[in-house]
Amino acid sequence: MNELMNRRDLLKLAGMGVAVFVSGTTVWAGGTRQKEKMNDSFYFVQLSDTHWGFNGPNINPDSQGTLKKAVAAVNALDDQPDFIVFTGDLTQSTDDPKIRRDRMAEFRDIVSQLKVKTVRFMAGEHDASLDRGEAYQEFFGDLHYTFDHYGVHFIVLDNVSDPMASVGEKQLQWLRADLKQLNNDARIVVLTHRPLFDLAPDWDWATRDGAAVIEALLQHQNVTVLYGHIHQEHHHMTGHIVHHAAKSLMWALPEPGSVPKKAQIPWNAAEPYKGLGFRNVEARVRQARYEIEEFAILKG
Amino acid sequence: MKQLVIFLIAATGGYLQQQSVVRSTAHETRNNEQVIRISASTFEFNPSEITVRKGVPVVLELTSQDRHHGFKLSAFELRVDIKPGAVEKVRFVPDKIGNFTFLCDVFCGDGHEEMSGTIKVVEQ
Repeated sequence: MNELMNRRDLLKLAGMGVAVFVSGTTVWAGGTRQKEKMNDSFYFVQLSDTHWGFNGPNINPDSQGTLKKAVAAVNALDDQPDFIVFTGDLTQSTDDPKIRRDRMAEFRDIVSQLKVKTVRFMAGEHDASLDRGEAYQEFFGDLHYTFDHYGVHFIVLDNVSDPMASVGEKQLQWLRADLKQLNNDARIVVLTHRPLFDLAPDWDWATRDGAAVIEALLQHQNVTVLYGHIHQEHHHMTGHIVHHAAKSLMWALPEPGSVPKKAQIPWNAAEPYKGLGFRNVEARVRQARYEIEEFAILKG
Repeated sequence: MKQLVIFLIAATGGYLQQQSVVRSTAHETRNNEQVIRISASTFEFNPSEITVRKGVPVVLELTSQDRHHGFKLSAFELRVDIKPGAVEKVRFVPDKIGNFTFLCDVFCGDGHEEMSGTIKVVEQ
């Protein structure tokens, strides 16, 4: 438990149907959640942008240890999540197909230490863009798929295996067909890597045909999107759809548009692991409400 | 004829390199267009900082030295694919002053996120 911070602040995001708990403790995750679980509530953990294989001492001198710390921190949660999702960039990109597969195998070995065995993976551009997802699929399966959990329909979208950052017409048709089977008030959570909206196109923080995805999703009343890619917490709404970006477990990036040129934020020895972390997402199915609890990684 | 000078800052040298493209044969034959050749390779554009003059048509001649890259200059709603063995020409008239980022928008590898540059538009 020493890898978790002991401070929790509650931020109410007005109108977003979400509460974000920043730097959470595990105290909150005790017995009350068990009671609520019987009332249409469950929670899962989101980890993102682990970039296994990255080597940059000035950016993260603990590049070999941060993911392992996160795995230990998740395993130390008092109440274990129903499942865990990794929203892409599991590994750092490489031109060498053998090294790519070596990194994926190492990543898979590390996360196999998670107590919770239901783990949902998705690709980031670092995993899948150079070979259109060939290696990724060998290790982690389909690039896009759906699953259901306690009344919530999860849709995993691939906006990375095309190096031009498109979902593509074929996947769009698949998405529309999937949505067509759902009631308008279905609880839908979309998991993807890149932002589906134009967060910062000049920083490559967009999906080329993301507008078509959002247009399809807008036909449903209760849609939440969880994604990664931008290496920081971020919340945004397109119509009634709320989008939440997750932190990385390798390096932090500046706020969109805050500096002239996007660049990795250097490691600060005075504040190690600053900006890195993972999150719990508690789904309150009946209210179509999601509560996000952010966890920091601390020097352990 | 009005003298036009394009300043190119070499991507790797870090010094200001004055290049009189305007006086070149290519410029003379292209009706006062500012012609700029940009080479893309993993993971940089060369040059990566370019100064052009407002109101004077620009032609970017883009080539790739290694693999498929993209060139996106959203401030002027421009984007094009750059593939080895071809020269992609992009024409526009800079109608506003400022510094505008361009980037590679086709994921090209480990250093892709750093592959960007700036076009500075100044008064004539």
